[in-house]
Amino acid sequence: MIFKIDNLRTKCIVGGLIPLLWLSIDIAFDNLGANPIYALHVRLGDWSLRFLCLTLAITPIQTMTNWRGMADYRQLFGMYAFFYATLHVLAYLVIDHALVWHMIGIDIIESPYIWFGVLAYIIVFLLALTSSKWAKKRMGKSWKKLHRFIYLAAIAAVIHYFWQLKGNLAEPLFYAIMVFLLLVFRILVWVKNRQLNKAMAPTARRVLTLAEEQSEIPETIHKQH
Amino acid sequence: MIIKTKKDIPASEITDPLVFNNRRKIIKAILAGAVTGIGISPVSAANNSIAWPDLPRGDGSAGLLTPTPAELVKNYTNYYEFAFNKQDSARLAQNLRTDSWTIEIGGEVENPGIYYLEDVLRQQTLQEYIYRFRCVEGWSMVVPWVGFPLSCLLKFVKPLSGALFVKFTAVHQPEVMPKQRRNAMLEWPYVEGLRMDEAMHPLTILAVGMYGSILPKQNGAPLRLVVPWKYGFKSIKAVVKIELVRRPPVTSWCQFAPHEYGFYSNVNPAVAHPRWSQSSERQLGSGFFTPRRKTELFNGYGEQVASLYRDMDLRHFF
Ligand code: HEM
Repeated sequence: MIFKIDNLRTKCIVGGLIPLLWLSIDIAFDNLGANPIYALHVRLGDWSLRFLCLTLAITPIQTMTNWRGMADYRQLFGMYAFFYATLHVLAYLVIDHALVWHMIGIDIIESPYIWFGVLAYIIVFLLALTSSKWAKKRMGKSWKKLHRFIYLAAIAAVIHYFWQLKGNLAEPLFYAIMVFLLLVFRILVWVKNRQLNKAMAPTARRVLTLAEEQSEIPETIHKQH
Repeated sequence: MIIKTKKDIPASEITDPLVFNNRRKIIKAILAGAVTGIGISPVSAANNSIAWPDLPRGDGSAGLLTPTPAELVKNYTNYYEFAFNKQDSARLAQNLRTDSWTIEIGGEVENPGIYYLEDVLRQQTLQEYIYRFRCVEGWSMVVPWVGFPLSCLLKFVKPLSGALFVKFTAVHQPEVMPKQRRNAMLEWPYVEGLRMDEAMHPLTILAVGMYGSILPKQNGAPLRLVVPWKYGFKSIKAVVKIELVRRPPVTSWCQFAPHEYGFYSNVNPAVAHPRWSQSSERQLGSGFFTPRRKTELFNGYGEQVASLYRDMDLRHFF
């Protein structure tokens, strides 16, 4: 992967590591409260979901601001979502369950909310595997299709959060609304483009034929269509 | 209503001076707490000034258990009347007013009435009970409670034949309890219940202290129920009313989510909560990379309590 090192990009890379640094400091100073294992595990899950939301927000921001070249940031934040999800899962397996596999098995089978976590993780894992520019080029059209599954990952992660709920509705609700709005935005843009395409198609054709009749159309436009 | 005072309660037949002294100490402690507002200081500042160093051990209190460090127990407690997270609960619970606490005892009893807590305590022999405590959320601890068997209090008020269940009601103080003020989540005040034989079981206690000191407010001061073989939410805090009733009371969590929280709520690793497993628990105070504890049926008290549920399908009566 070739990164153009510019200022903002470096800031984002460093910024993505701050939650980990912060967590390390809290571990070192025993700042995680009476159940540090749980606190650690849950904080990693929170950061994974935050980066997931940030990743989803990139395209809408790009659409609204006409700011090009944000795809790199989408990839970067997506990788951080994967990174924190991986730490979240490792904390679960190694720190909390100490790799006692039969207990892990029972726990996962009996906890429906974890199934959604696993679904989210499998998706994020596949997306991370195929996130390089090289993979994008090789996979062609199917890359885009695959990477749309990030929405499913986000929905699964929110369900995962909701379903283990013991009391505080506010936080998972916040993420649910975030993901919902981001999804609605994408759907609206998609619908609008479709309508635009439909509406514009006859006009475009007419313009072309007219232009052709008058032989005023440059070669290049023909090639594009 | 008539508030019954010392005079209505016959002088106790107990003469053991040690027990007597202990009782005097706790009454003093609770009164001191009420007067000086002990516990208003930050949660971590322990109320260590009042201690019962050598209380006799209560029945069924396994001597082998090592208590969880008190600081962890004081800072990890659910108290939904105050907040839905543990940090805020422990902080806001300091606003609870516990002065001149009374307990109303009513329903199917011969001696109904409203009793001052101090008078109730004059009647009772305090002992230390070191119990495992298992929360439905999947964590656990070991707490040395200071208290007395609920059965002793119930015997004193003399249950009538219609007393088949016991209904407990917790304090209603919306002025200091934000979630009560906003009618958030559960129906307030908090209600819990036991079947009569569960209530009369020697393991079932009313606690007024822990770690040899009076109960911190966030842990249920000044009086709470402790039923060690059931999930923690059954052990209702800050009890103000005890009623003996004919029908099973509608308990708060059961009313809120009947398919998730049953009336019995016995600790049982084989019966998962609909959304998560109950097969294991994280013990507070255990380190990173330490395996979780395998949860035991009836939280390890099966020998003492399994007979209460002999012919019951525990999957159905969860
Ligand atoms: C992309 C994947 C995932 C994301 C984004 C994610 C996110 C989260 C979030 C936000 C929470 C709640 C944090 C809080 O309460 O503040 C959580 C909790 C949790 N997650 Fe995940 N998670 C993922 C995958 C997984 C997987 C694969 C597992 C297990 C194999 C898992 C196990 C858990 C557990 C056990 C909890 C704690 C539940 C509780 O007892 O309260 N998660 N996760």
